[in-house]
Amino acid sequence: MLDKSLIDSIKSISDSISFDEESQIFNIEKVDEWLEISTKVKELGFDYLMCITSIDLEDGNLSLAYNLNSTGSQASLEFNLIFSADAEVPSVESLWKTADWHEREAYDMMGIKFSGHPDMKRILLPHDWEGHPLKKDYEVADYYHGMYVPKDKTSWE
Amino acid sequence: MSFVDIIINSLSSLELNYTITLLLAVVIPGLIIFLLMTVNAIVAVYMERKISAFMQDRLGPMEVGIFGFKGGKKFWGGIGQTIADAVKLLAKEDIIPKDADKFMMILAPFIIFIASFITFVGVPLSENFLISNFNIGILYILAMGSVGVIGIILAGWASNNKWSLYGAMRAAAQIISYEIPIGLTLLLPVIISGGLDVHSIVDWQLENRWLIIHSPFTFIGFFIFFVSGIAETNRVPFDIPESESELVAGWMTEYSGFRWSLFFLSEYTNMLIISLVASFVFLGGWGSPMTIFNIIPGDYMYLDGPMWGLFWLLSKAVVLIFVMMWFRWTFPRLRVDQLMYLCWKVFIPFSIANMLFVGMWEVLF
Amino acid sequence: MSDSKLIDNSNIHTEDMVLNMGPQHPSTHGVLRLKIHTDGEVVSKIEPIIGYLHRCFEKHSENLTYEQVIPFTDRCDYLSSMHMTHAYSMAVEKMLDLEIPERVEYIRVITAELQRIASHVFFIGVFGLDLGAITPVTWMFKDRERIIDLFEMLTGARLLYNYVWPGGVSHDIPEKFVQRTKEFLDEFEPKLVEIDQLLSTNKIFIERTADVGVLDKDIAINYGVSGPTLRASGVDFDLRKKEPYSIYDKLDFEVPVGKGDMGTVGDSWDRYNVRYLEIKESIKILRQCLDSIPEGDVHEALPRKIRPKKGTIYSRYESSRGDVGFYIKSDGKNIPSRVKMRSPAFSNLCILPYLSEGWMISDVITILGSLDIVLGEIDR
Repeated sequence: MLDKSLIDSIKSISDSISFDEESQIFNIEKVDEWLEISTKVKELGFDYLMCITSIDLEDGNLSLAYNLNSTGSQASLEFNLIFSADAEVPSVESLWKTADWHEREAYDMMGIKFSGHPDMKRILLPHDWEGHPLKKDYEVADYYHGMYVPKDKTSWE
Repeated sequence: MSFVDIIINSLSSLELNYTITLLLAVVIPGLIIFLLMTVNAIVAVYMERKISAFMQDRLGPMEVGIFGFKGGKKFWGGIGQTIADAVKLLAKEDIIPKDADKFMMILAPFIIFIASFITFVGVPLSENFLISNFNIGILYILAMGSVGVIGIILAGWASNNKWSLYGAMRAAAQIISYEIPIGLTLLLPVIISGGLDVHSIVDWQLENRWLIIHSPFTFIGFFIFFVSGIAETNRVPFDIPESESELVAGWMTEYSGFRWSLFFLSEYTNMLIISLVASFVFLGGWGSPMTIFNIIPGDYMYLDGPMWGLFWLLSKAVVLIFVMMWFRWTFPRLRVDQLMYLCWKVFIPFSIANMLFVGMWEVLF
Repeated sequence: MSDSKLIDNSNIHTEDMVLNMGPQHPSTHGVLRLKIHTDGEVVSKIEPIIGYLHRCFEKHSENLTYEQVIPFTDRCDYLSSMHMTHAYSMAVEKMLDLEIPERVEYIRVITAELQRIASHVFFIGVFGLDLGAITPVTWMFKDRERIIDLFEMLTGARLLYNYVWPGGVSHDIPEKFVQRTKEFLDEFEPKLVEIDQLLSTNKIFIERTADVGVLDKDIAINYGVSGPTLRASGVDFDLRKKEPYSIYDKLDFEVPVGKGDMGTVGDSWDRYNVRYLEIKESIKILRQCLDSIPEGDVHEALPRKIRPKKGTIYSRYESSRGDVGFYIKSDGKNIPSRVKMRSPAFSNLCILPYLSEGWMISDVITILGSLDIVLGEIDR
């Protein structure tokens, strides 16, 4: 459970932050303010960005979960950003350098666009791949480099 | 009395044509050297594989046997392994990459082979077992040992492969740099014994004492020579040019089959040459261990004679080859700039200081 | 005669060479491609290209039940498979609020520490091989074979075990397991001393690794580095001590931190030495656990059906490479909606371009080797 004073100091950064008591997660609706919010959160002592997870909420919105940790006080936070599929999220690479590759993976797998990232390109898939696989409505393309990709594999023994 | 002299003398009694005598006098020693190189490679490769295996807690080649020595559980199990490998290498497909420089790629292994071949002409195996008795013996060996660099550079360049080029450039820098300490330390016996050829150096040692204990400076000189010799033959810890884990096989990457076996042969010949030179220059040549301090008078020298001389020289060389192999499996490799630092800032100042002090020692004692 | 520049280098234009250390290479520890911009020997920029081993673990797990995901987690970091399955099982157990019996916890810790020894032993051998020392590999692999034999006795498999399930373990330990493990530990400790003499205090090894690739601790935390790589930079951070899980709060062990014995704090020698000392600590933990395994039934708490409530969880674990995190989102069904694995080697590899600027190509190999990456968990 998080400390009450910590929760209050984070909520006071901006109005768009809402705190869910049961799951201990901070939800942010307006992604444009994310860079300022994260700058202030980093000043509170959270210097270790552990993980950025991209999630497909199946109602047309995407979400990003940022897990932060403070090596000094051992407190862990989770921030949940919810936005529509074509919104642009500001990159936090200037604050935590580890976000460089995590954001590239989020773009590669889920198609989330980041603004302000120095080198946005695919990381795990080949650079000429079409589509973003982790989306729930992803369909594999029919042809890749001229080779036909079979869809019905029941005839394979 | 060297081989060439013996052959010319015996053939001149047959009253043959001059050109044919000359031809035979060149071809027969050539065949002898080639035979020596091949036998050395076979034995040394088998030794290396077995020694490395025992050091690494495993067994080495165990199955292949020859002449009725069956493979299996005894520790000499894999005696025929090298011969089988040689046959395989000769039968392998000859691959030349499409964009490589074909002529140079074919030429390079031969240059390296020739370099070690002609160095062998001046290296003795015993008192009379000498191919040709040059009166500038040591200088000849030193000079001919440098020819191999050209082959390495050609091999790296002709392969049209950035990694091979890397290896070749590093090899060139390394071999050329390490010739200087070798040359400087090889001058020590010249200063002490007063002659350049093999016989005068070894005779001086047999009359006085082994050069390694002549003075503390020659003692250091021996180690400088030996370590620089390891650097000359591109063995670990100096095997940057062919470092297996960085450059796959360095300048030899694109070679396969017979051409690669030529490289291999010349590497083991170089090891033998360095060991033989170290033995007869510093360790007393073909004298038995009783000549180390040379306090026993001549009549009591039992283990002496032409065949014993061969035995002593070869055993000293074998011990040094064993030490070279021991080093290979113990040490990690040095980085390029550390290698160069070692040569230019450690070995060369020490070698020059050695020359100075040995000269002073000679004057004073 | 003035001492000013006799050679004016400013208008000599040299081009950078792009060297490709391709996916197939003896010392990139897997299929990793490095594009190195260099002027001959000194590196100016490195661009790692990954993705050659991507097997779509996260997409697969959206179609499998929670139990069926376990073999897939094994294959992520194939050198510490026990750690991966343990981390995933802990995450699922947290979602379900399960109570785990003591016996299961002890068995899990024993396998985790044996796996840590195996992984670090592999690292020592392969790191020596990268630098040219060929003998430590064969010695270390022989000891690793004995650990793998122990695991084969326990689980039936040599490398990918599928052993730690949410709620328990798959089999109970056989009769002679404890005795054989103790025999192994007694025979293994003197061998560590041999490796110390052969490799750690070897002058050439020290010259190759000391002061090479020094990682400052603030930069390390900013880049998300964790595990022995972070501890070598002087940060005393081990999840087993800071946020203890399982029975680690009852065990007595220390956390080795890099002190810069042979060079500066955070160089490659420190990264090597921290892992070497961690093997000794793991042996200590194992000896404490082996003597006091409580009785019980290992299958007691295995749930019949895993169907967690709606929600998300992020659970952390200390594997041999660092801080493994599993982010699981559940929709109330028996298959997860999203599984994300935060792999430590993914973040550890990020600092390679930063660390290698200005060093030579041989040093790039040293630094890459000292980071101890496994491509399986980077690409998933």
